[in-house]
Formats: sequence, structure tokens, C-alpha cells
Amino acid sequence: MTLFDLKDGECATVQAFTGEMELQSRLVEMGILPGIKIRRIKTAPMNGPIELKVRGYHVSLRQDDACNILIQQ
Amino acid sequence: MKINTQKSWVALVGNPNSGKTAIFNLLTGLNQKVSNYPGVTVEKKIGTAHFNDGNQFNLLDLPGTYSLTPESMDERIVTEQVLHWIHGHEPPNTIISVVDATNLSRNLYLTTQLADLGIPVVVALNMMDMVKDEFSINLETLATDLGIAAIVPMSATEKWGQKELLDALQKSIAGETAENSFPIFLNDDIAKALYPLKEMFVEHLNYNERLANAQALRLVTRKSTLEIYNDLSANGMAKDESFMRTLRENRQAAVEALEDVGIKHRIMEATLRYEWLDSVLTTDRVHIDAKLTEMSYSEKVDKILTHKWAGPAIFVLLLYFIFQSIFTWATVPMDWIDRGVGWIGNQVLQLLSAGMLRDLLVEGVIAGVGAILIFLPQILILMFFMTILEDTGYMARVAFMMDRFMTRIGLHGRSVLPLMSGYACAIPGIMSTRTLDSWKERLITILILPLMSCSARLPVYALMIVAFIPAVQVFGFLNLQGLTLVAMYFLGTATAFILAKIFSIFIKVESKSSFVMELPPYRTPLWRSVLHQVFNRGKLFVVNAGKIILAISIVLWFLASFPKVEEVVVNENPIRTSYAGKIGHTIEPLIEPLGFDWKLGIGLITSFAAREVLVSTMATIYNVQSDVDDVVQLKDAMKSDLNPKTGLPLYTPLVALSLMVFFVFAAQCMATFAIVRNETNSWKWPLFMIVYMNGLAYGASFIVYQGGLALGFG
Repeated sequence: MTLFDLKDGECATVQAFTGEMELQSRLVEMGILPGIKIRRIKTAPMNGPIELKVRGYHVSLRQDDACNILIQQ
Repeated sequence: MKINTQKSWVALVGNPNSGKTAIFNLLTGLNQKVSNYPGVTVEKKIGTAHFNDGNQFNLLDLPGTYSLTPESMDERIVTEQVLHWIHGHEPPNTIISVVDATNLSRNLYLTTQLADLGIPVVVALNMMDMVKDEFSINLETLATDLGIAAIVPMSATEKWGQKELLDALQKSIAGETAENSFPIFLNDDIAKALYPLKEMFVEHLNYNERLANAQALRLVTRKSTLEIYNDLSANGMAKDESFMRTLRENRQAAVEALEDVGIKHRIMEATLRYEWLDSVLTTDRVHIDAKLTEMSYSEKVDKILTHKWAGPAIFVLLLYFIFQSIFTWATVPMDWIDRGVGWIGNQVLQLLSAGMLRDLLVEGVIAGVGAILIFLPQILILMFFMTILEDTGYMARVAFMMDRFMTRIGLHGRSVLPLMSGYACAIPGIMSTRTLDSWKERLITILILPLMSCSARLPVYALMIVAFIPAVQVFGFLNLQGLTLVAMYFLGTATAFILAKIFSIFIKVESKSSFVMELPPYRTPLWRSVLHQVFNRGKLFVVNAGKIILAISIVLWFLASFPKVEEVVVNENPIRTSYAGKIGHTIEPLIEPLGFDWKLGIGLITSFAAREVLVSTMATIYNVQSDVDDVVQLKDAMKSDLNPKTGLPLYTPLVALSLMVFFVFAAQCMATFAIVRNETNSWKWPLFMIVYMNGLAYGASFIVYQGGLALGFG
């Protein structure tokens, strides 16, 4: 499954990335790597970006990009 | 301020929101921007600080960055700077790597990159006040592992650890840099692939082993690093073209070799560094993972502030509150300034004998500058609110909430902050679009940004509203004056959004966009820093705008007072026959359909230098033509001015409305277009903006005035 499928409030572990390189390199630089535990906090109003908690901080990314992050619950 | 190479100098590097600017302020005493929005520190800031023994050193504050890989413009600035240093171009004596103790591994990622440079690094472990009791890392061991000079726990907000940081800095400057090896383990495949690049760096650029390994790793991971080397070679930094060619070929060979053994070279650097960091910080990692499901304070606050329905509603209410308070809170200090300027004018009138100098001072200088100073309270109140929204971390939430909407109109959630800064002034707004990675979104944000009603329009709106819009209640609780102001802001903003959509369809530029943005924890703003920020912005307005306004006021006074008529004809306005009057009369036919007379015509011309000049222009014009030796109240003068042909009031609420609408759209601020020229690197875009904005202004004003007349308002 992908991060897109994860429900708000649930935890998962990042498995791999697909898709655009720019996004991947940005994510890995911020420490969002395969093996890291994340929690999906919420979805922004108007079905906007999602908010994640990872390594003790909060980060937001778009739903389109979330489709490119493979996870395991 | 230039860096004095005789003195030691220190560079501050750190992630966005790590408190880097707060430490800069703490050390230099120069208060500047402390912000929670990622990437707000675009400009390079230099200050002077003192060691504990009194010796001086210079401190450079670099933009916040997550890594030394050039991705966005801010990061590119840092990466280029760092490459200059390692090539021997005025390197700092020490780097302070600012690390947020609540967010250790991600912050130390950048530290590991800095430690490779061969420049001493001191970590300022900031925000220790937030983690004091639960911090379990041995700092001495960590410093040795990282190969850096020292790690100093501190809190910039609570102001402790400063002395220890200064001691560590001085010690690291005096001491020798330990020539240690690259701490990160490279397996045989990777080491073999990187070897030719590493050797090139050692031989041609005299890098040491650690730095050569680090740069080879970065070069293979991110192709953009190659561009930076290329740019540097253009500046005569690297050796020559054959070096660049070999570098490119060796990189390609390394990439292919790694692909053959199934290593994802594009995430290689981050993977290796974080694996290493996580192994060094095991206790921290366990601790952080345990807290994953725990609800932080900020999360609780965000339950409401970024709630699906409540979030946007609160944002809109907040905006209404801010704009309404600009009007209500500012009235008292505005009245003081008004009376103060009048008093000074009268004093000068009594002190000096009648003549040209007195006329120039009273009618030109004092009236013109006074008419602008009166709007300072409103500008300060707006700045105050904007700074608080930024410093608390709320601005990042606004970007988060608005991204979906912004994407639909061809923009980016991060465009919200520059656009909202545009309510204060377009110039810092346009400069802060550098945080947008995608060129297309950045360009469109710049193109529409001057439509956000800036504080320089506020004096014009305020004058027109106070003079012509009655302060009546509508729907029982809304004030018509406040509502008119909101309507003007809304008109500009809505048009900006519609145009953004149109531009995004027609402007074809290849660029990619992603939205990976940190949502920093909510923090109480440092009040001293907020007040300094507001003060600095206010000073900037008074000094910069004041200079232009003073010059224009004097030129205008001259144009309005000369040529002197020998005999004053009864009922003849002297300004009518002056140079200014002639210019105004020349353009009157063009602006008559908008409801403007020749006096407003002069104002429109002068306001092309800066919008607020319209007010001082009108003040100068009315003072010149008033017979009473007194500084008249501008709004009363405009209200009681009669049309010589009809005998009816010259300026009606409809004219005021038409003028305000004109000001919503018109391209009037020269400085804005100079900045756009800088940021887009061509005259094409600023010229395009001048054409489309003025076209829009004329059209909209025409519709308002002629439509209003047809409907019988007039």
C-alpha cells in the first residue's frame, strides 16, 4: 500500500519510493528513508496535503506525492 | 557591512526553524527576523559580536537549509558559499552548526556534511530548554564521532549557554583542525565507484581525504552538484574545461557502476549518512519512535487551527480582525501625528518671515512629509500582526491549509506567505518567492503579487474612505468604512487569483513542483524580536519612502508654485496656471472618463514613484492654493472643493471609489519593478506587469465611474 491509502492517525513504516526524483531526494534529506516509522496526522482542509509525523517533527506533503511512497503497516 | 578579513569570522549554518536567527541576535545584539516559516531568511546577514575576553569577531547568518545539496535557491546560496570556502576563498575560522535538540537526527544530517569541510565546527545545541530532562545523549562522545570541535547545549530564547558557546568558538579558532578520516562507512562497491572522483578532488583541488570522499558522494548522488562546480569554474575557481569534462565522465561511470550492483545512487548520500547517524544516536531514535503516537502540544492546537472547517474559518476571521483593527486602533495616534504636524507648521510660520523659504518648508516639506507620517500607525499595526503570524508558526499552517486551493489556481501553498507579505509591501514579498522551488509557480506569484493591496495603498484608501465613505453601520454590526477597506483588499486578491489561473494556462515553462514543508511547533514569539522587526520595517518605510516623498514634495511645490503670477486674479486658483497645473490639464481629457480632474492627474503622475505620494501631492496642492496661512486638513479640503463649472462638490463618493479601484490595480511603484527585474533577470516581465496592471486599472475605473453615473450615483 502507499501513504495515500493510510488513514489519518495511523502509523506505518516507509518501504520504498516510486516516481519523481526531486521529491525522493527532498524526502531522504529530511530523514524520511525506507525503514523509518511515520504517523499520518491529518489531511488539510479541502482535501489538501497530508501532515506526517516523522523523527519527532511534522511535515506536510501532497496526496499525489503520497501515492509515490510505499509503506507497510 | 563587509567582512573584515583581519578579524576572525564565524558562519552560522542550520536548518530552517532551528533558532539560527535567534542565536544570531543573541550574539550580535542586532535584532533581526526570528521566524518559524521555512526559508524566510533569504538575505545574507552579517553582524559583529564579542568573545568573552572582549575581542571582536564577525558573524555571517546563512539561509536556513536542510542539506548542502543545491535544490531550492536558498540552498544554492549556501552550497555555493561553502564551495567558495573550501576552495580557499575567505573561509570562516569556524562554523556554528545550529541544531534543534528536539529534532536531533534531521538537524545533525547537515552537521555531518559541514564536518567534512575541513573547517572547525561547533554545534550550538539549541532549544535544550524543551528537552532538558529527557536528553540522554553523551555530547562529548557525539562530538568525537562527528569529528567536530565541540557541542554546546544552550537556549537562545531563555538566553543561556551563550558564554559557553563563545568559549568553544574561541577555543576552536585557536586550536588545530583534526585531520580525521571520513566517518561514514563506504562498502567496497561504493568505495570503488567513488574512487576516481575522489582522486580527482585530491589531486586537482587539494581536498583532504574526508572532503574528497564527501564531495564524490554528493556529486554521484545529486547531479545539481555538477552544475555548481561548472558555475564555479566560470568564475575561475576550478581548474579548467578538461577538468569539468573528466568530472562529468567519471560521475557517469560511477553512476553506471552503482546501478550495475543495484545501489540507488540518487538517495545514496542521505541513506548512508542517516544510517550512520541512527547508529550513533540509538537512544534518541528509540525515544523518538516511542513518542510517535503521543500527541504533542502543537498537534492539540492544530486540532482546531487546521481543522477541516474551523481552520479556514478562523483564518478568514483573523484577516477581518486584522484589517478592522488597523482602522480602529490607529485613529488615536494618527490624530496625535496630525496635530503634531500642524503645530510644527504653525511654529515655522511664526518663526520665519514670509518668503520663499517659509513657503517651501511649510507648504512643501512639512505638509508633504506630514501627510505620509500620519499613516505610520496603520503600517506598524499591519507589520505587527504579520510578524506575529510568522513567528508563532501559524503562517506554515496557512500554507498547509491553502495548498489545495492555491494548486487549483496554478500556485503553491508556499505562495500564500509571499502573497500575504504583499499586503505589507510587494518588495519583501517578491524577494521571499525564492522559497518556491518551481520557476513557473514562482514567476506567476511574482506577476500577481503587486495586486495584493500593499501598505502604500493604505494611505490612499484611508484618505478616500475617511473623507467620503460615511461611518454607518450595515447589517447592524459591520462598519461601512471597514467594509469598504475589506472590499478593496478583496478586489485585488480575487483578481490576482483569477489572473494566476489565466497565467498558469498561458505561460509555458518547464518546471517541477513538490510540497514538502515542515510544520514547525507553535512557539511564543520573542516579543523583543517582534517589536524590533516592526520598528525596522517602520524605519525602512519612513526612511526609504520618506526620501522619495521629500524629494517629490519639493519638486511638486516648485511645479505648483511657479511660474509666479504677478497679480492674483480673484477666484482664480494660482496652481491652475503653474507648471503642475499645466501637466494636470494636459492629461485631464484622458482621465476624465474615470471621474478624475487635473489635480488627481498630478497625483497619478507623482504616484508612479510611490503610491502613497498621491496623498502628499494632494496635501501640497491644497496647501499651495489655500489662502489661510495654516496647514489645512486634507480631507476637509478635498470634501469642500467645488467644481468651478457646476458649483457641486468636485469629489464625490463615486470618484473616491473609482480612484480606490484604480489604485487597486495600477502599476505605480517603480521600486517593485526594479525588484522584479532583478528576480526574473529580464525587463520582459516587469514591462508585461506594467502594461497589464495599468490596462486593468483604467478599464476597472472606467466601469466603476461610468457605471455609477449611469445608475444615478454621482
